[in-house]
Formats: sequence, structure tokens, C-alpha cells
Amino acid sequence: MSSPEVELPIESRVHYLNVDYGIKSWLLTTDHKRIGLMYLVSITFFFCFGGVAAILMRLNLLEPQGLLVEPETYNKLFSMHGIIMVFFFMIPSIPAVLGNFLIPMMIGARDVAFPRLNLLSWYVFMTGGMLTLYAVIAGGVDTGWTFYTPLSTAYTNTHVMAAAAGVFIAGFSSILTGMNFVVTIHKMRAPGLSWFRLPLFIWAMYATSIIFILGTPVIAITLALIGLERWFHVGIFDPALGGDPILFQHMFWFYSHPAVYVMILPSMGVVSELISAFSKKKIFGYHFIAFSSIAIAAIGFLVWGHHMFVSGQSLYAGLVFSALSFAVAIPSAVKVFNWTATLYKGSISYEAPMLYALGFIGLFTIGGLTGLYLATLAIDQHVHDTYFVVAHFHYIMVGGAVMGYLGGIHYWWPKISGRLYPDGWARVAAIIIFVGFNLTFFPQFILGYLGMPRRYAVYPPEFHTLNVISTAGASILGLGYIIPLIYLTWSMRYGPEAGPNPWHATGLEWTTASPPPPHNFEETPVVTEEPYSYDRLAEEIQVA
Amino acid sequence: MHNSHAVVAEQFDDRVQQHEASSLGMWIFLATEIMFFGGLFTGYTIYRNLYTSAFETASHLLNAKIGAFNTVVLICSSLTMALAVHAAQTGKRKRLIAFLLSTMGLGAVFLYIKFVLEWHHEYLDGLAPGLHFTYAGPHASRVELFFCFYFIMTGVHAVHMIVGEGVMTVLLVMAWRGAFSPEKYNPIEMMGLYWHFVDVVWIFLFPLLYLLGARF
Repeated sequence: MSSPEVELPIESRVHYLNVDYGIKSWLLTTDHKRIGLMYLVSITFFFCFGGVAAILMRLNLLEPQGLLVEPETYNKLFSMHGIIMVFFFMIPSIPAVLGNFLIPMMIGARDVAFPRLNLLSWYVFMTGGMLTLYAVIAGGVDTGWTFYTPLSTAYTNTHVMAAAAGVFIAGFSSILTGMNFVVTIHKMRAPGLSWFRLPLFIWAMYATSIIFILGTPVIAITLALIGLERWFHVGIFDPALGGDPILFQHMFWFYSHPAVYVMILPSMGVVSELISAFSKKKIFGYHFIAFSSIAIAAIGFLVWGHHMFVSGQSLYAGLVFSALSFAVAIPSAVKVFNWTATLYKGSISYEAPMLYALGFIGLFTIGGLTGLYLATLAIDQHVHDTYFVVAHFHYIMVGGAVMGYLGGIHYWWPKISGRLYPDGWARVAAIIIFVGFNLTFFPQFILGYLGMPRRYAVYPPEFHTLNVISTAGASILGLGYIIPLIYLTWSMRYGPEAGPNPWHATGLEWTTASPPPPHNFEETPVVTEEPYSYDRLAEEIQVA
Repeated sequence: MHNSHAVVAEQFDDRVQQHEASSLGMWIFLATEIMFFGGLFTGYTIYRNLYTSAFETASHLLNAKIGAFNTVVLICSSLTMALAVHAAQTGKRKRLIAFLLSTMGLGAVFLYIKFVLEWHHEYLDGLAPGLHFTYAGPHASRVELFFCFYFIMTGVHAVHMIVGEGVMTVLLVMAWRGAFSPEKYNPIEMMGLYWHFVDVVWIFLFPLLYLLGARF
């Protein structure tokens, strides 16, 4: 991959950011890079909303009797935190921001296959998001993000309809994004870019898109059924007619468990890129990492019943789901081992993205291993619906997915903005986030194991100390999230120019200018070699 | 496609790539549709097995003859749709317009029968859960459950038909203006895929809802 000719300064060059100005040029754009940035701003907004809810919850739990809010309000806080963070931050995070920005660039295309559908997906997403925010502002929802029946259909008098409608609508943006990515990856690859020359991020996004396509419609029809049942006071989950609320749980988790892999798979893709780039070494076990993404997506569709071990599912179903949940740990572990093997004898450097990647590996491993506890029928009896579960999935979703997301944002920020951020601050923030995260959530493993149930506004006094530690950690974590927000925004204008390839990384996205020209490449690249050829890149640099 | 006259959109290299991409996109969309209906079919199957005789009783309250007639109407509309695609591929504008119109007409007949001759009557007969349900025969509550499925499944199907009619109206105007040619007939072909899919859903719905138990 040849490096481009000598770069003109950012201002004197036409790129996707300065090709057009004004609010209209953004709202009507079909450029995948601009749409990615619009998603970035939108989900950051939703992240702040969900984050405020989390802060209020943690503050309330400073005292066993509840410091701040009534139990009813607390119910609404954790519901809002879950709904907003899952559907309006985590699920769109890497796919809609980095996926949109990078997929065409990584495969050497001018845009995604359906640019207008891509823009439509953003509008659909925002419509769903606004409706959900309306539900929050109008008085909130208290069902939790899981909308379990018959609480959601018959008993609660909160704004379930608006929130469920918001999630339903936002689902179509996932479907459009997934469709676009699969077609783009299949049909738009540059000459010479065969499947096994694709970056592993692309494999991860492909697997994620499959889940979007096959899972999201099921949550859509499920939420529609909830809406109808609430509206007409009669429906297929209504026990009075012989309907079964357990069926709702099956249909809900059929999507919502794979949705967890929607959150973690893209992060795994990012981490594969980061580990290789900052070890300056070819990734170990390329094929295994690529196929483990597909395996996770496939097996991930068959494990949903592990959310229902104690809710009346048959014991035999429980046994099968338990075994399958163990099975999904295999491709996950394959990835962790391959990343570790890549590090071995690499020339490792510790720039901020790498700190996030290493943090990801450690925290994901803890989250994954505690997942095996929960997949064990007998242990799940003990820790079901406790803080152990809360800690487990936050290790996956925050320790894993958000770390990967932040690592990716930092790694590709010079490409996105054309400028460098202050790496010192970035490293400090990464460490603060790592420390804050562990301080917040590790005590919750202990709390859960000791028996503290989730979703309560109050708790027995013996859990006081650990809850205080957790809240203290949350405030550190919150601070850690604010720092990147400041220096990344600052660098957009004041950062030094990054040049096309500040990390000396492989990959087509680094062969074009930063920020990229409106159609990504001056001429369509031709790919002649395997991905992650850091050996050859090192030789080239030495010669130069 | 900023320019509606351009045959190849700027993100594609050539017409073949564009055609393959939109076909694949459509098939993926249909896969999402299968999963969407799949949730309903799964729920239906479970209750059908739990409450076999109640569902048979309920099924016998539907008018299978009208349902069968409607099935024929819909299959005919699939035929005219296929002929419309062929007319577009061979560049026969008048035939394309004629076949699109007949597909839309048959679809409208189906919807008329569904709304006026079926749903309206079932509503008047007190078989509409949540609105007007007065059935008090054997297995009353399970029969109500069946009718929940009946109205939701045929309702979602009807929504898909209405969307199809809307899109076809746009295509009809485009065809009228001569927007299609043997080089550019993709939208008609995609419409065909969608329409056939909606018909196939009905082919499953009809026996599942109307033909339970020993009926004839």
C-alpha cells in the first residue's frame, strides 16, 4: 500500500468536511462519513442522557434507605438508563459511527451501497430516539428495558407505548444499517480485496449486520404485540385467554440476547485492529478470529433461554440453553487467545487506543468468565436478578464494548478529523476510565454474590460500604468520560495535523488523506497483499 | 442517485454491480420480513398445539370460501406482476403499464374482500377481540386468542399489501413517463420480489387460519 503524495495543509485541500458548509449540507448528505459523524453526535447526546440516569441511581444508593428519590422514580431511572443506553447508545455505537465511516474506506469503495437508505436510517433513528425521550420527559417508564408482560401490558400506567414505539422505530434504522453493510461488503470491495484480505473489523461488522437483519425484526413484532395488547386490553400474551407471558420473554430475548453480541462483536473487531497496529505485528490466527465472529453471531442466536432459567422454562430447555451458552464462550476465548498471541514478541507501544484495547481484553475476560457462572443452572439460581448479573453485563457492555468504542474513536480520530488529540490527556483519561470502571462494578460482583437484588431503591445496611465504593467509582468513571469529550472537541479545531497515517498502520483507510476526500480515494485502490502486513511496512519505513 | 436520469449511481462502477447490489439488498430485506412474520407464526404454532380443538372451533367461524377466492385473486396478481417484470425487461412500456394496473387492481379486490366482506362481518358477529367480542360458545377465551392472531396476522399482511399498492403507484407513474428500459428495470423487478413475498405469506396464512380441522 503506497503512501500518498506530499500532503497539502488541511485548509487548502477539498475534503469531506469542507466540501460543503451549512446545516443543510449535513441534514441532506448521503456521504457515509458525514452520516457517521451525525450518528456520533446523536449517540453522544443519548449517552449523556443515559449517563445522568446512572449517576442519579448511584447517588440514591449512597444510603441504604435511598438518598435521593422515591422508589417509583428509581424504577423509572433504571428503565430509562437501560432503554437509552441499550437501544440508543450501545447498539448504534460502533456500527453506526465507525462502521459507517470506515466500511467503505476499508474496502476501497466510494460510499456504501445505498447512501440514501443510510441517511434515512439516521432520520428513523432520531425519530425513535425523540419519541423515547418524549416518554421519559412525559413521566417515564417503569418496566425496565425488558418490557416484561403482564407488567408492561396490564399493570403499569407509565408511558410504555411511547417508549416501545420509539424502540420499534429505531429498530428499522438497525435493519437499514445492517442491510447496507452486508450488501456493501459483498458487492463493493476494491479489486483484489478478497474475503480473506478483509480487515477483521469488516468481518466483525458483517457478523453484526447479520444479527441486525435476523434479530431486529423479531423485537419489532414483539414490541408491536405489546402495543396492541396495551391498546386493546387483549392480546396473545394475556393469561386470561390462555396466552403465555413466557412466550413474550422468549421472543424478547431472541433478539435481546443477540443484541449483546451486536454490542460486543464490533468492539472485538476494533480491538483486532488496535492490537495488531500497536504491536506492529501481523495478527495471529486471522482465519480463526474472522470465523469466530461468524460463530459468535450464529451460536449467539441459540442461547437466549439462559435469561429464563428461573422463569418457568422447562428444565430440559434450561439444560440445552446452558450447554449452548457454554459453547459461545469458545469463539470468544479464541479471540482473546489470538490477541494475546499477537502481543507476544510484538513491538508494543502504549498509545491511548492501545490502552483501551488492553483494558478491553482484561475486562472482557472477566465479563466473559462470569458469564460462564451465569450459564450454569445451579449458580444462576443463586445469583439470578442480583447485582452479580448487573456487574457481569456491565463488564461486557461497558468494560468491553464501550472500551472498544473509545479505543476505536481514538484510533480513527486522526482520520475522521484530520488532526491529532493530546495523547497524554488521552492516556490519563483511559486510565481514569479503567480505574473508575473497576471501582464501580467489581464491588457489584460481591454485592450480588452476597444476595443484593438488582432494581431496588433501598437495601439492607450491611451492603452500605460496597455501595459507597461503587458510587465513588462511578463518579471517577463519569469524570473519565468527560475528558475525551473535551480534548477531542478541542482537537477538531486546534489539534496538529495528523497526516494520512499517523500510526504507521496498514489498511486502505490509512492510504488516503486525513480527512478523506469526499469520495474517499483519488483513484480506486487495488489490493495485492494480505492484511496486517506490518513486516513489509516496517521494511518500507526502514528503507525510507 | 442524485440524477434520476443516470443509469448507474455514483457509488457503483457499472450497471451489473448496481443490479447485483440492489437484488441482494432486496433479498436481505425479505429475510428481515420472514423474521418479522416468523415471530407471529411461532406464537401461533405454539398455541395451535396447546389449544388444538379450540383453534379448530374458531377456524370454523371464518368464511373459508371467501378466503379461498381471495387466495386465487392474490395468485393471479402474482402472475400479472411476473408479466409486468417481463414487460419491463423487454422494454414494452404499454404492457408494463397494463400489467402493473391489473396487479394493483387485483390487490385492491383482495383488500376490499378482506376489509368489507370479512373483517367487517366478523366485527359485526362479535368476533373482534378488544373491540366487539361476544362469542360465548365452547372455549370462548381460547377462541378469542385465535381471533387475536387472526386479526394481527391478516392485518400485518394487509398493511404490507397497502404499502405495495403505494409503491406500485409510484412505479406506475414512472412507467408512464418512460423511466424504465431493458437497461433499467431494477425497481420493477424489486417490486416483483416484494409482491411475490407478500403473496407467499398469504399462502401460509390461508391454510393456517381457515382450514383447521375436518372442515369439508
